[in-house]
Amino acid sequence: MRLKFLTLIAAASLLGACASDPETSNSGTGSGAAAPTTDSSAGSTQTSAIEGPTPGTQEHLTVNVGDRVFFDTDKSDLTADSREVLEKVAVWMNSYPVATVTVEGHADERGTREYNLALGERRANSVSDYLAALGVNPNRLQTVSFGKEQPAVLGSNQEAWAQNRRGVFKIN
Amino acid sequence: MMKNRLTSTRLFALLAIISTITAVTMAQVQPARAQLNVDITQGFVEPLPIAVSDFYGATPEEQLIGHDVAEVIAADLERSGLFRPIDKGAFIQDPAALRNVPRFGDWRVINAQALVSGSAELQADGRLRVEFRLWDVFGEGQLTAFAYTVPPSIWRRVAHIIADNVYKRLTGEEGYFDSRIVYIAESGPQNRRQKRLAIMDQDGFNHQFLTDGSNLVLTPRFSPSLQEITYLAYVNRVPRVYLLNLNTGQQEVLGDFPGMTFAPRFSPDGNTVVMSLAQQGNTEIYTMDLRTRQVTRLTRHPAIDTSPSYSPDSRQVVFNSDRGGSQQLYVMNADGSGVQRISFNKGRYATPVWSPRGDLIAFTRMSGGTFYIGVMRPDGSGERMLAEGFLVEGPTWAPNGRVLSFYRQMPADARGKQVTKLFTIDLTGFNEREVATPIDGSDPAWSPLIQ
Repeated sequence: MRLKFLTLIAAASLLGACASDPETSNSGTGSGAAAPTTDSSAGSTQTSAIEGPTPGTQEHLTVNVGDRVFFDTDKSDLTADSREVLEKVAVWMNSYPVATVTVEGHADERGTREYNLALGERRANSVSDYLAALGVNPNRLQTVSFGKEQPAVLGSNQEAWAQNRRGVFKIN
Repeated sequence: MMKNRLTSTRLFALLAIISTITAVTMAQVQPARAQLNVDITQGFVEPLPIAVSDFYGATPEEQLIGHDVAEVIAADLERSGLFRPIDKGAFIQDPAALRNVPRFGDWRVINAQALVSGSAELQADGRLRVEFRLWDVFGEGQLTAFAYTVPPSIWRRVAHIIADNVYKRLTGEEGYFDSRIVYIAESGPQNRRQKRLAIMDQDGFNHQFLTDGSNLVLTPRFSPSLQEITYLAYVNRVPRVYLLNLNTGQQEVLGDFPGMTFAPRFSPDGNTVVMSLAQQGNTEIYTMDLRTRQVTRLTRHPAIDTSPSYSPDSRQVVFNSDRGGSQQLYVMNADGSGVQRISFNKGRYATPVWSPRGDLIAFTRMSGGTFYIGVMRPDGSGERMLAEGFLVEGPTWAPNGRVLSFYRQMPADARGKQVTKLFTIDLTGFNEREVATPIDGSDPAWSPLIQ
């Protein structure tokens, strides 16, 4: 619990920085090859002119921001790398206020089934809490745990396990 | 109602109809005086040589049943590791002659210590009458005898009940052969594993899938009445505890909780389900009274508290918690008071299950990259490891508290090919056997003895 409070404080201070300059942070993350947002809102038929994923979609998030963060063995606290990704996710979500996200918590196969379900739930909430602290409306965030049931990377080795201990953002 | 479709509903309808059980007496033979006993408390014991004769049948049809019944009995006894059925090719006395009384000399010659004989008769009313007798070959006496009159379709159950009688008479312990196992049948690669609820007799026969695999299902457990199973299912990607009635096929969500419910287990009287509820990153243990639907919270701690299991007297609950920094086993009173840690050795401990005898708690232990199935006394003393491997998990007790089932998962290859199998092992750590299933299996849960 203590850890959680610390991350909340850290998140709150970051929030200040982000909120002060929404324009630049928006262009900084949602950029790339995406067409101007006016195109999509106008329902343009010139789709051939648009390259890259449609803004606000799962693919757009995955390509431009990233759709997951990773955890250490049996841990649910966020690493510095994870926080960096989540800060971008928060900005992205505030740029596309219609999007709602389910945060999936996953564990590697090196634990028991029921404990890993609880661990996955803890991880999903750790991610979700941080996003909320960064200013994402909690009503737009859901969590679900899959424990060790849905590995992303195949095989039974350290590399696979490291990538399977994860939180994943799924646009609903 | 959820989407999971049952492939079979009337599972136990037939199972409650052993209509006649008669003790058979034989005046012409003295009860055995010699002490023919199998001591099952000593770790590895030399299996007792036993002859299981084909049961006598007057017609070819009855002979076939008599043969099949004997095969099932012999297979049960063999799998227990305590008996060594003698090859029938060595038998001298045939079933017809044996029907009257054994020529004990014929059985001594082939070194049978015990002999099982019997008969199968299809009655005019369509029912099957199976009679069996257990003999002490060297003591030249009858040890026990029973007759059963049943619908012919449940002949396998009769064979298991006879095997239980033999086991009990020769070991002094209750048998466990007339029981079933519910488990998760698995297929497909690691990342697209299809999981289905399935049920079978403890020897793998009468196998049936209960769900069609459209929803992820995990951790089924039997109610003591055997009429219900509680398990975890993801319906529309929402994980919740469900109840399945095996007679009606009805499935229902257990309660209306704001978070994920999981790790369910029935109380010994079947009236309560104890389970975990995870909410906002915190997992606690709750009970639900199935009659009043009243919910009671047992744990209050920011740690993960899960995998609860009642003691057979319902007074205590053993569970898994990381409140001390890593996963360990704890025992508390049934009202949540008096929490005490019981596991103290190296590594992480999980999935505690209280033996139906009350004397031991089985668990999964993880240490140094290896998984173990072990047992300890409820006060944490007398810890022993029974099985180990890359991943072994989820012990469940046979109804007599002498045998455990669990599952083994082998390391997956780079293409995600996964193998998981069910096993049984003695409490003494000997006699590990695979339980043959049509496809892969995990999360076994052994039923109580069928009543």
